Amino acid sequence: MWIDSASPRRTGEIPLSTSLCLFALLLAPNWSLAEDRIQFNRDIRPILSENCFQCHGPDERQRQGGVRLDKLELATQPGESGNRAISLESPAESELLKRIATDTPDLVMPPPETGKTLKPEQKELLRRWIEQGAEYQGHWAFMTPVRPEVPLHELETAYPNPIDRFLLERLKASGFSFSPSVDRETLLRRVTLDLTGLPPTPDEIDAFLSDDSPNAYERVVDRLLCSPHYGERMALQWLDLARYADSNGYQVDSSRQQWPWRDWVIDAFNNNMPYDQFTIEQIAGDLLPKATDSQRVATGFNRNHRLNGEGGIIAEEWRVETVIDRVETTGITWLGLTLNCCRCHDHKYDPISQRDFYSFFSYFNNIAESGTLQGESRNTEPVLAVPTPDQLRERAGLEKDMLDAQAKLAEAEKSLPELVAAWEPSFREKIATNTNSWNILNADSVSAASRANLTKQSDGSYLASGENPNHDVYEIKAPLSPGQFTGLLLECFPDASLPQQSLGRYPNGNFVLSRVEAEIRAPSLTAPLIAKFNHAEADYSQNGWNIQATVQGDKSKGWAVDGPTRKEICRAMFLTESGITIPENATIVIRLVQETLGQHNIGRFRLSSTGLPKGTIAIGGSQVPDSLRTILSLPTSERSDAQRAELHEFFRKNVDSPILAAQKRLQESKDRIVDSRKNWPNVMVMQEIETPRDAFILIRGEYDKRGEKVSAAIPKIFPPIPDGEPNNRLGLAKWIANRNNPLTARVWVNRAWERFMGSGIVKTTENFGSQSEWPSHPSLLDWLAVEFMEPTQVAHVDQKPVHAWDMKGIQKLMVMSRAYQQSTSRRGLEKLAELDPDNRWLGRGPRFRLPGEVLRDQALFVSGLLSPKLGGPSVKPYMPEGVWDETSVYGDLRNYRHDTGDGLYRRSLYTIWKRTAAPPTMLIFDAPNREICTVSRSRTNTPLQALSLMNEVTFVEAARKLGERMLKHDDATPEGKLSFGFRLVTGRKPTVKELQVLVSGWREDLAYYQGHPDEAKQLQSHGDSNSEVSQTVELVAYMLSGNVLLNLDECIMRE
Amino acid sequence: MNPIPMLRQQFLRGLGGTLGLAALSKLIEPSALATPVATENAPPSPFQHHAPKAKRIIYLFQSGAPSQMDLFDWKPALAERRGEDLPDSIRQGQRLTTMTSGQSKFPVAPTAFRFSQHGKGGMWFSEILPHMATLADDWCQIRSMHTEAINHDPAITFCQTGSQLAGRPSIGSWLSYGLGSVNQDLPAYVVLTSFGTGRPDDQPLYDRLWGSGFLPSKHQGVKFRNKGDAVLYLSNPTGMSRDTRRKTLDRLAELNQQHFTAVEDPEIQTRISQYEMAFRMQVSVPELLDISNEPQHVLDMYGPDVKKPGSYAANCLLARRLAERDVRFVQLFHMGWDLHGNLPNAIRLQCKDTDQPTTALINDLKQRGLFEDTLIVWGGEFGRTVYSQGALTADNYGRDHHPRCFTTLLTGAGIRGGLVHGETDDYCYNITQDPVHVHDLNATILHLMGIDHTRLTFRFQGRDFRLTDIHGELVKNILA
Repeated sequence: MWIDSASPRRTGEIPLSTSLCLFALLLAPNWSLAEDRIQFNRDIRPILSENCFQCHGPDERQRQGGVRLDKLELATQPGESGNRAISLESPAESELLKRIATDTPDLVMPPPETGKTLKPEQKELLRRWIEQGAEYQGHWAFMTPVRPEVPLHELETAYPNPIDRFLLERLKASGFSFSPSVDRETLLRRVTLDLTGLPPTPDEIDAFLSDDSPNAYERVVDRLLCSPHYGERMALQWLDLARYADSNGYQVDSSRQQWPWRDWVIDAFNNNMPYDQFTIEQIAGDLLPKATDSQRVATGFNRNHRLNGEGGIIAEEWRVETVIDRVETTGITWLGLTLNCCRCHDHKYDPISQRDFYSFFSYFNNIAESGTLQGESRNTEPVLAVPTPDQLRERAGLEKDMLDAQAKLAEAEKSLPELVAAWEPSFREKIATNTNSWNILNADSVSAASRANLTKQSDGSYLASGENPNHDVYEIKAPLSPGQFTGLLLECFPDASLPQQSLGRYPNGNFVLSRVEAEIRAPSLTAPLIAKFNHAEADYSQNGWNIQATVQGDKSKGWAVDGPTRKEICRAMFLTESGITIPENATIVIRLVQETLGQHNIGRFRLSSTGLPKGTIAIGGSQVPDSLRTILSLPTSERSDAQRAELHEFFRKNVDSPILAAQKRLQESKDRIVDSRKNWPNVMVMQEIETPRDAFILIRGEYDKRGEKVSAAIPKIFPPIPDGEPNNRLGLAKWIANRNNPLTARVWVNRAWERFMGSGIVKTTENFGSQSEWPSHPSLLDWLAVEFMEPTQVAHVDQKPVHAWDMKGIQKLMVMSRAYQQSTSRRGLEKLAELDPDNRWLGRGPRFRLPGEVLRDQALFVSGLLSPKLGGPSVKPYMPEGVWDETSVYGDLRNYRHDTGDGLYRRSLYTIWKRTAAPPTMLIFDAPNREICTVSRSRTNTPLQALSLMNEVTFVEAARKLGERMLKHDDATPEGKLSFGFRLVTGRKPTVKELQVLVSGWREDLAYYQGHPDEAKQLQSHGDSNSEVSQTVELVAYMLSGNVLLNLDECIMRE
Repeated sequence: MNPIPMLRQQFLRGLGGTLGLAALSKLIEPSALATPVATENAPPSPFQHHAPKAKRIIYLFQSGAPSQMDLFDWKPALAERRGEDLPDSIRQGQRLTTMTSGQSKFPVAPTAFRFSQHGKGGMWFSEILPHMATLADDWCQIRSMHTEAINHDPAITFCQTGSQLAGRPSIGSWLSYGLGSVNQDLPAYVVLTSFGTGRPDDQPLYDRLWGSGFLPSKHQGVKFRNKGDAVLYLSNPTGMSRDTRRKTLDRLAELNQQHFTAVEDPEIQTRISQYEMAFRMQVSVPELLDISNEPQHVLDMYGPDVKKPGSYAANCLLARRLAERDVRFVQLFHMGWDLHGNLPNAIRLQCKDTDQPTTALINDLKQRGLFEDTLIVWGGEFGRTVYSQGALTADNYGRDHHPRCFTTLLTGAGIRGGLVHGETDDYCYNITQDPVHVHDLNATILHLMGIDHTRLTFRFQGRDFRLTDIHGELVKNILA
């Protein structure tokens, strides 16, 4: 409605945004005004994108007045009013210029209710741009980068690293240059922290200081890039992007096991896997020809999303959420694109449509998954087992046992005909007299060992309520009529009063039955007859919780029924081997024992008995097949071969004999093989279903509002999938990892730049679309992107030749730059600070706070506590009391108990991560909760951080062990010991004044604790690690000095 | 030596442009951005769009979804339709959760409770809320609340952040970002949680609910913990006295100051002041939590649970103490309202947990002159179905999730007391008048704090985000 001057502007459109965002005020230094030629991408696009495209951009449904400003041929068309937004013939007649100039509220653009206004200089830019011919450019980030020429040829000798010449060009334009190089100690700490996440050791510092060869620094960089801790440091950000965690998220937030994927990432970084391969394997490793297990593990990237298991959810709704999560995460991680905007409508700023979104969606839509959590606390299909070498050896042994059992069975089978002949007569007799199947027991009394109430229901079942103790035993006493007793039927029912409206009393609706005991009492008996159940069957058993466990006498196992997800009646029968003859006036006493898992008691149940012999009774009732009765009625000689075979089969399955025993042993050895696999770690991976699912445009993004059908495709704005590649997830991966993809390399080098330089060349590291910030150094960004894909500068990293997409190589180039090695001091740089307050020009080194993980690792490292072990299952270091229990009684991640020993001192990226209650210290230091893909963390400076570093037990214990290191240090003087401690933490020696503060403080503490030995003892007691010194008071004085050192701003910051 | 306290103006100048202006309102910092009227030495918040009615909010979130027709929205005619199948004309094919979508019947379950009218306006309350009923002329009942989500996690996330999906800032974080903190020694957004007694397996809560999403993480709610230190790591390690801590901080400040001289990074000055703030909090927080000086008649007012740490009653008293200290946004979460079965018994227990303490809190605020500028909100994430989940028996029924209507109560600053806003049909199933979406409620809450919800924005991923997304209409009728 921009141009329609004939009528007042339509109102009612709610503006999505206002320009009040404070961060938006901090624009990159803009030097375009000084130049003549207006550049659309640099000067004009940000203005149009911010102020105009919402109503006059690519989104058709939002378009007003038929005016579109994102393309020249459209902007010069007449709008609904007949006027042209841009007139090249007579620029002054351009309606655009008139409407931004007017004061009339009904006409002025942008409309007042949007809260947006154009600054005079912006209006001037628009005017000059139209005058110069309104030249449009495609969005820079959507054009394949071309290697620009490196400026300042004349400085090549002084500044051989092209990065420096790009930066100097900008600095020199305003009359500045780089700051002096930082001292070597600080440089070593900086680069060691940046590349490994750990500080340097005093030996490493000494070695660097004494190495005066010209390539001393390069050797350090090579050493660090080859340290195994490099992969750990690199993984840290990748885990944020990949929303990696050890729990499933959402309300139950039970545990999962994705650490084999996390270890894959660390290995891939350490092995310097090229970034294109790193990309392809994680997005589509499963689709590579002859995919290896490692390539399939890599695809865990797109299974790290949360999974909802809340009761009552609609599976398809959440499957769609999962696919959308993959689209968003993949888009942000590799392409810096906010594709999620197109879930509900065409993109407001970027030329990406809703159709493009669901076409992209289609690539991730074909995974064999339900959309909901399967079971409570394990990985959800599709999964890949990743056994350890020990586990593979164990399985080989079990397989041998199974072969032995098979041979023994074959041996036993030889005597089958004789055994059958001997058994037949008695069996014929039994089935002639017994016809009843299951009789519901009419109990005289039903009680629980606890104070739970068991209330009789109209259908003869009993419903538990009241107390739900950890372990309960239900006892049922019921009369039995004379005859045979061979077994019991247990039926369990769901009930609305039970947790999750399911079958069990545990909050998730599950139960675990450990075993069933029964005995028959009667006046005529001196001792009760014990019914020994040795056969159990159920119509449903939860994976890993088979009914067989109830007759195998193992307290740690039992029968469970997937209560959280499967809320249906479950039945189980328990049979004795040979049956018991019931005397007159008998009573049966049955005990349902539930002692395997806490609170997993049955909610509602009914019991029945039978006298039918095994083999003739099934859960559903009598099961002597008519055909068997016929066979038995025939003389042996008249039976056909088929009939003989049927009889033998029945005998094998149901009658106690050496054959059955051998079969059992075989079954047990097979079960052991299956059981052994249960302990194998597995990891959730991507795996295609055979017939791809249809994908549709989802109207307003709702799972059940299907619009037009779409097929997999790359958004039209981009180059297509490379020739010869399939149009599936693998093709998509290869398209992303392609030299011609305009975004992949730019996005990656920009994030690496942010890590080393404090902020990205494009400050909005999470967004490269048209709303992204104009790069501070566009040519440098393109040069770096091309250099990343086609390296020319760095030949080797630690003698290994550099290859295309070489992550170590390009980082080496960055940290070898003069810019990286500058001092961070602002002294004397007031003028520069005025012109470049955010230090985007890099006229000095960037100084910023270390991430929470690095702060913890550093404290463990300098105190000598850090365990250098790489990878493996996540660990449980110290956490505040009740960290998982304050707001949840769901799931298996409750009742946190910290590890003892090694688990307390592993690097922080191995700390177990529960998404809904993430490690609090990490959150305090700005870690995301890992529910969704996160690119950048904020770097705040808060009192809660101060309290963590002052008082959290990890840091208190680290201070103690750091104190111990000082105390044990060779130098006998406190000055020497404190200098040593200072150097451990900051990487440099203290100044005289600094040492004075430390020493006088130490003396003060020493004097105080000499008078307060009890307090000293208390202070020495923090943390699990042993004290290796006996001088408590002295130690405590050094410990407090250590506490001060670990809280130094210089320790918290990367200098 | 004592660290040099920085004047705010110096501080602002020192930071120059290195941080965003919004980043200046530290998690716990006397924010010059706080008050509507500019104080002498600070500009008003750019987000304070008009004079606020409320200086602070106490949001009593009833997690799990309380049953509106058993507490507020009485439907006497249902008694005669007991056990009848819910007519299709009412259900209109709306989706149900998979907990009841398989039921063959949807028997109408009238409430088991008696209702009566209270106050001058004759507002209806259930017999199990006798205390809250005494404030009938103060409460405004919105009986026409509605939302989209049908499961707890997305629904409660929606109430808190305006989106069903994770990743957006919570309402308290928006307020912290928009208005900053008034109190020098306490966070702007404090969260208190309690388990209900109605269900042993209460629906859980998640950090995300008070998280800051894409806003700087200093705006995240600080959840006071019920065990150990209420604020994490507040206590010095045993064996270290306050005096010793003071001495270590003096040394720390001196060393940091020396380093500042070398590098002149203003962030160092901020760090020094944050350590001083931490040191002050070591006193101010225990003082806040110490209720030993509360007079007995005040404690009695909150009921017997008030001395049980982590109970709803204790949290209500704490909320008053936080309000007195000008904490801008206090949010209680009381769990246990998700009553799919055994509702009549369990809801009595939930009401016993909350009825008296809620009322005491309001009366206490009144007595201290805080009621007029404190907004109090009482409500959950959705409503419950009129039909019984599971069997309907003489004295028992359950109710499933129902996003199509529910009741939320407000009182205090800027609220028209004694008003019932909105209406539902005879089955309490559909809204017949004045629907109020969760976005509308949130827009109205922001309005009362002096914020235009369409203009409280944050740029992320190239887009200006809002608590109310692109929705939200002010509910003008409920404003005093």
